[in-house]
Amino acid sequence: MNHLVIAPLLLPLLAGIVLLLLRPLPLSQRRLLSLAAVLALVVMAIMLLLEVADGSVWVYALGNWPAPYGIVLVLDRLAALMLLTTSLLALFALLYACRGTDLAGRHFHVLFQLQLFGLNGAFLTGDLFNLFVFFEVLLLASYGLLLHGSGKRRTRAGLHFVVINLAGSTLFLFAVGTLYGVLGSLNMADLAVRLEGLAPADRGVAEAAGLLLFVVFALKAALIPLHLWLPAAYASTSAPVAALFAIMTKVGAYAILRLDTLIFGAGAGASAHLLDPWLLPLALATLAIGMLGAIASTALRQQLAYLVVASVGSLLVAFGLGTEAAIAAGLYYLPHSTFAAGAFFLLADSIVIRRGDMDDRFQANAAMTERRLLGGYFFVLAVITVGLPPLSGFLGKFLTLRAALGHPAEAWVFAVVLGGGLLGLIALARSGSVMFYRAYRPAHALKTPGSRLVVELAPLSALVLLSLAMTVWAEPIHRYALDTAEQLLGGADYIRAVLPNRGGLQ
Amino acid sequence: MNLMSIIITVFAGSLLTAWVSRFGRLQAAWVAGLITLAALAQLLPMVPSVFAGNTHIEHWAWFPSVGLDLSFRLDGLAMLFALLILGIGLLIVLYARYYLSARDCMGRFYSYLLMFMGAMLGIALSENVIQLLIFWELTSLTSFLLISYWQDREEARQGARMALAITGAGGLALLGGLIMLGQIAGSYELSVILNSGDQIRAHPLYVPMLVLVLLGAFTKSAQFPFHFWLPNAMAAPTPVSAYLHSATMVKAGVFLLARLFPALSGTPEWSYLVGGAGLMTLLVGAVFALFKHDLKGLLAYSTISHLGLITLLFAIGTPLAAVAGVFHIINHAIFKASLFMAAGIIDHEAGSRDMRKLNGLWKYMPHTAMLAMVASAAMAGVPLLNGFLSKEMFFAEAASAGSHLKLGWLLPAAVTIAGIFAVAYSVRFIHDVFYNGEPIDLPKTPHEPPRWMKLPVELLVALCLLVGILPQATVQPLLEIASAGVLQTTPPDFDLAIWHGVNIALIMSVVALVGGGLVYAMRLPLFRLHDEHLAPRLQAKAVFDHIMSALFRFASALTRALDTGSLQRMLVLFFAGALVLGVGGFLMGGGPLSGNRAMLPLDPLSLMAALILIFGTLAVVMSHRQRFTALILIGVVGLVVSLIFVKFSGPDLALTQLSVEVVTIVLLLLALYFLPQSHSAESPRWRRARDLVVALLAGTGAALLSWAVLSRPFTSISDYFLANSVPGGGGSNVVNVILVDFRGFDTLGEITVLALAALGIFAMLERIYLPGPDADAQGRPWNWDKHPAVMASFARLLLPLALMVSVFIFLRGHNLPGGGFIAGLVTAVALIMQYLANGEEWTQDRLPANTHPMLAMGLLIATLTGLGSWLFGYPFLTSSFGHFHLPFIGEFELATAMAFDLGVYLVVVGSVLLILIYLGLMHGASHRPASGKEDYR
Repeated sequence: MNHLVIAPLLLPLLAGIVLLLLRPLPLSQRRLLSLAAVLALVVMAIMLLLEVADGSVWVYALGNWPAPYGIVLVLDRLAALMLLTTSLLALFALLYACRGTDLAGRHFHVLFQLQLFGLNGAFLTGDLFNLFVFFEVLLLASYGLLLHGSGKRRTRAGLHFVVINLAGSTLFLFAVGTLYGVLGSLNMADLAVRLEGLAPADRGVAEAAGLLLFVVFALKAALIPLHLWLPAAYASTSAPVAALFAIMTKVGAYAILRLDTLIFGAGAGASAHLLDPWLLPLALATLAIGMLGAIASTALRQQLAYLVVASVGSLLVAFGLGTEAAIAAGLYYLPHSTFAAGAFFLLADSIVIRRGDMDDRFQANAAMTERRLLGGYFFVLAVITVGLPPLSGFLGKFLTLRAALGHPAEAWVFAVVLGGGLLGLIALARSGSVMFYRAYRPAHALKTPGSRLVVELAPLSALVLLSLAMTVWAEPIHRYALDTAEQLLGGADYIRAVLPNRGGLQ
Repeated sequence: MNLMSIIITVFAGSLLTAWVSRFGRLQAAWVAGLITLAALAQLLPMVPSVFAGNTHIEHWAWFPSVGLDLSFRLDGLAMLFALLILGIGLLIVLYARYYLSARDCMGRFYSYLLMFMGAMLGIALSENVIQLLIFWELTSLTSFLLISYWQDREEARQGARMALAITGAGGLALLGGLIMLGQIAGSYELSVILNSGDQIRAHPLYVPMLVLVLLGAFTKSAQFPFHFWLPNAMAAPTPVSAYLHSATMVKAGVFLLARLFPALSGTPEWSYLVGGAGLMTLLVGAVFALFKHDLKGLLAYSTISHLGLITLLFAIGTPLAAVAGVFHIINHAIFKASLFMAAGIIDHEAGSRDMRKLNGLWKYMPHTAMLAMVASAAMAGVPLLNGFLSKEMFFAEAASAGSHLKLGWLLPAAVTIAGIFAVAYSVRFIHDVFYNGEPIDLPKTPHEPPRWMKLPVELLVALCLLVGILPQATVQPLLEIASAGVLQTTPPDFDLAIWHGVNIALIMSVVALVGGGLVYAMRLPLFRLHDEHLAPRLQAKAVFDHIMSALFRFASALTRALDTGSLQRMLVLFFAGALVLGVGGFLMGGGPLSGNRAMLPLDPLSLMAALILIFGTLAVVMSHRQRFTALILIGVVGLVVSLIFVKFSGPDLALTQLSVEVVTIVLLLLALYFLPQSHSAESPRWRRARDLVVALLAGTGAALLSWAVLSRPFTSISDYFLANSVPGGGGSNVVNVILVDFRGFDTLGEITVLALAALGIFAMLERIYLPGPDADAQGRPWNWDKHPAVMASFARLLLPLALMVSVFIFLRGHNLPGGGFIAGLVTAVALIMQYLANGEEWTQDRLPANTHPMLAMGLLIATLTGLGSWLFGYPFLTSSFGHFHLPFIGEFELATAMAFDLGVYLVVVGSVLLILIYLGLMHGASHRPASGKEDYR
């Protein structure tokens, strides 16, 4: 048993604890510690990804209790991809936060590390109830981070965020309880096995529970009509937190993918493909509503939040198509959209601090300092986000459309994905034009933020470079995504690894 | 030399140009010129080989698994375009050097220009159609930057956004079309696609694919009804317009038609779609050009018209028509570039582009006038100039195509009308600007431009003449090889003579020339007609604006209708979603609701408990306006639940529930104190009715789900826990062994959640000041005796006892009901009691002020216990236990799980205390100004 599997959980947990213990240390040292932990996490995630790239599935039985009785962590290609995406995003979000966001309140670094604990746990766990626990960790940590720095708007958005998510948690418990009641297990692989042989009389109850789980995950992913918590929450929190939250909706998407491919995957007998009638239409509608929201937005961060909603739509369109090529397209799109959204929220902050009282509202204002440079970043990020060539967003869209050919809903997918891209283009062209072009000569120069420009823009630039890297090395990344999709749809690898002697249970 | 390096040269040059501009304004122009020359120098050595009939294809692997590689192609058509782009580009660079004023940033201009040039070259030289699309979209993006170059101007920003929206939309459609095309042909490589024309045309996806591809081509080449972005793009600096209208951008659209001609053409769909758009564009452009008073506006509409002409030629579909199309691409590029440059010179030196003011400029700038007149005559199709030749071919093709159709005479008739208007607006360009009286209050006195600014125009006009007079000697070989590139086969023989004898085409030409003159003579009544009747109704831009504002209105209305910022709305949607999917899942899955498990008899005790629960819950809802009453009722519900746990033999659960209940009620009491005593208005009746329905449905759903589960026989992995609890976990209390061992990892997560909650509350409370009320809801002041002595004394006496109970519960937890979690809560309850009885000051003097270390230590102990098993080579959280014997105490058991449980205990106590202390501090702060608060940070 390789302890490396659990390292991405223990590292942020211990880092969080140590940071809590060492509160008297000067901030600079705590920052260093926090950054070192995340950097180590990146290294670990890379190592793990290389280890499982060959298709092996690593199982870590906590407490040495065999599955399905104890809790297992399962590392497959998908989990490794999620870990790496998360840690990379976290590294740059934290780097940005170390410029001063972490001064705005207590415990920023502790909350940040525990948030990573929750994220990584959600991606690694192979147990449905344990997933619930990590959802709670995530919820509480993100609530703390969301409120970080306080303010009326933040408190209000935070309240909505926590209440709706607690409702989600309650439903999660109902769903897990029902599945346990009908199937008698909590281990996800075991659930899949048991679903296959489930008596027809119990199938209705199990499928109801499966769809209730889908509702919970859809809430996390911000699928319409459960997306309403997102715009206010993302738009009102601090920049690095909003950037980190770019991965939060992906947790929901990840869980949907697991639910769709593992528990209710092809092996689930008569319950296979449970989500099929729901996922694709909802995803398409989410994409459309998100883009329309971006058009309707009156301020930049609100617009970006809606673009996050739209990107969830795009991602789940790919997952919803369900073929190997489509899921691979989604898995390519996932890190791309995460980095892009993260970078855009960081850029929005750079814009906000230069626009004085105008904040991020779409109104003409005195020309901000560094207008050309920030405008350039805006342009590049808009291109990435909307999915125009030549960067990663385009490739994601191309792969999705390519995979949609031959699907019964291909016309819808083409229409919504392409039309959505156009709406995004119109929305961002307008906001960029207002903020960067329609500026008058300032009577007196607006204040420039104190820190050095290079330091300020470094995390943002790194995230943009990641998008560029995803373009240049599209082939190996997509190859990995294809392998992952194959592993997911096969399903057998995962189940065999978790339950080496399956069948003895029934 | 290779093709990719040409493109890389240009793109890299764009960056270099931006960089050198910091060393001086003109450096950028020099570098841009040199870069263009360098690109040309790389291209020229390959030209002879292309003329020899070779096609160069280069290939670099990029994304091979989806057929997306970097591959480039140089054949006749690609070469023609590359030469046009670079050749005219070079002239534009020179021209712009003199055109831009001292206020304009040259680095930015040339950098964008080179980027645009690189993107155009990419389109021309692409072998892979997806790669072509990448460059295609890049031209949209870079043209956005170029058009909005003067970004302070409203019309520049609007024009740029309009161009981006239209061409961007077309690009997206094209992406869809090309993906389909690749699917049909089995490859994105042109060499495959161009050879699978029959297969493509027979495919069921042919029509949707064709429509999408054509949308791309039509938007780019400004075909009706997408033509309006082009006139609005004139807001760009004139060198940009000259480039966009001649060799690039709009030509990308017709390039695409030419490029895919062998693969897509030859079907009725092609003829009607392409022909319809081409003919409409030809007519609309020609007619509207006449009515534009703006010099550049006239030229812009003339470009539209000429693009329609070229499109129509490709629609006709005969090889000879395609040749004519290519020929007109060349000719139009040459004369239109020179005309725009001339217009720019006039604008630059006269300060206006309004033809109602610009009159009689012949006197002021005869040299420029001469050049403009020749170019304009070429545009009109006057013999001995290049435009005449291709227009003759066009007339001939239109006439012969028309002869195969029913009502075929309409085609040559329409074409002739377009020709008449083309002559009319060309005449207007010459006569209005250079003759027609004197200039009318121009901002400055016109004069000739600098020598070098005229040079590009001179070169282009010379080309017009050369091609027009000696076509066979000049353009024929290029045209042949380019046409071969279009047709992918040897082009038919064609004769580029000036005189073909009297034929139908010549007659049409003559009619056009004469008719054009007549129309121009009648221009004033026509203008009036246009201004009064046509102009107000036929405003494509107004339609576009209308669509856009409708889109914005729709988006805003929809978003506002959905996202009202209401939490109630979110929750209603959530519960409704859960209901729909839950019920849907159940119905789709099938099977009965009830299981066949044997029912237990109903005993009076359970019935009573159930009734209390039901009424308690109802009472909570009814009394939601009296918060304290509601809270107490919630307490009742919680206590009854714990009694039910006792009834069904769950002592651990009962203990936990009991202590959790006490702690939460107290904490809630503390928090409720801060809520405002006035109530906000109730929601409207209909909304409460809606909420009632949703709540009832959701509650019914939850009850039915529970019923469905509970009424089914239950087999699960729990037997394993019962069997392994003692031998594997070393404890006979299975619940505790599950918590600290079987599923200890869950517990680790949950105590993290608890700690997070405490930290979150700490962070939140620290930053806010909440005024507490001075009196209760009835206005009565608080009792002065907050801590009665009797209660205080008893509470103090109880503390050691309570602590002992908690230690007892902790220690026996592994085997009997109890454990770290319950023990922690009991300790917390004991301390809360002190707080209530003795007041916050007394308690805080005796409690650790800062429980952060306790929290952290708890988490650390739990985590390290888990890590300890690594030392023995076991996975995280593997427990071990043993039995030990000590004198006096006797035999007892020690398990690592106890250390873990200690961690749990500490986190529970630490969290509760942290929350308590800070809520208490808020109380203190609300009664007195905050004092000593800093100490607790």
